[in-house]
Amino acid sequence: MPQERDGTGDEAVSSVPAAPEDPVLWDKRREELQRRLAIHRERNAAEEQRERKTGGTGQGIAEGLKLASEFAAGIIVGAAIGYFVDKLAGTTPFGLIFFLMIGFAAGIRNILRSVSPTTTSGQIRPKDDAGS
Amino acid sequence: MEYDPTDPIHQFQISSIVPIKIGSWDFSFTNSALFMVLTVAVTAAFLYYTTRGRGLVPSRAQSVTELTYEFTANMLRDAAGTAGMRFFPFVFAIFLFVLVANLFGMIPFFFTVTSHLIVTFALAMLVMTVVVVYGLMKHGLHFFHLFVPSGVPGILMPLVVLIEVVSFLSRPVSLSVRLFANMLAGHITLKVFAGFIVSLSAFGFVGVIGSILPLLMVIALTALEFLVAALQAYVFAVLTCMYLNDALHPGH
Repeated sequence: MPQERDGTGDEAVSSVPAAPEDPVLWDKRREELQRRLAIHRERNAAEEQRERKTGGTGQGIAEGLKLASEFAAGIIVGAAIGYFVDKLAGTTPFGLIFFLMIGFAAGIRNILRSVSPTTTSGQIRPKDDAGS
Repeated sequence: MEYDPTDPIHQFQISSIVPIKIGSWDFSFTNSALFMVLTVAVTAAFLYYTTRGRGLVPSRAQSVTELTYEFTANMLRDAAGTAGMRFFPFVFAIFLFVLVANLFGMIPFFFTVTSHLIVTFALAMLVMTVVVVYGLMKHGLHFFHLFVPSGVPGILMPLVVLIEVVSFLSRPVSLSVRLFANMLAGHITLKVFAGFIVSLSAFGFVGVIGSILPLLMVIALTALEFLVAALQAYVFAVLTCMYLNDALHPGH
């Protein structure tokens, strides 16, 4: 759909001052442009860093909900396993008690895993250099 | 039962549109199924028609598609490395399905597919099945090293392995429950506040004035719900990438 591609390309070219004949002027222009780019890059990097520190707007909500559900899921799965172990083995309260505690530990493990920056989701990455 | 227009749960009711029965199983084409089909159809049609022009300088619609593609590709590459890119179609499909289904839920009178636990759980189990099957296929029994962290004293090993196994099993639960709970809770909250407007305005003039407050709340919540819809799709996709990373590189 050519009409959606707005023809700003031509306007952008025409807004640039006519190309100078002198190569020295070209160099000057390039330096000027590089200087301006450097300022922009710096500003962008600073912005990004600040965003990372505060976590953006939605990122914080997402993170909180993620951690809460990770923790709850560990306990739920632990309780479910304990319940079925009890049902199958007939060890009524003990399986549930034991696996609820395991589930609690797994929930904590889930949270630690998702907040620690060195681990992705499973193992600690730097272990790769220790060899298998 | 009489239909109450302010009933917040009514929007999640499943009704069959085309009843199909095979044996004793109910395979009816429900409103949930209809919206799943719609989600897939709209997504596929959008992707197809926006990329059909194949402009070197993309049109607006094409650049939306390209941005989505690059966003997902970067997400996957960050989480699982370049080896993870073989899962790109899978992650992209899941991300777009959840995103579009969530956003569909924001349209009035539309059914929110992802507000049903069974749908999100099926998606989560699909991810986990891919992780386990691919991990076992590629690494064989080595895949189970995922459950054995290094540097743990031998006496604690059984306990730690047990905890790791439960932690692994809890992943599909947390993945599905998070998405489902967010969508369900958000839509119920919206409906409850909208219901306040109706009930308050029944009290005459004062009620109508008072109903401005819940109206403002509904407006704010609608904006929040759009945020949550996009965010939850993103979280779902990011975690999918992370779990796929485990299948690709279980602990060495």
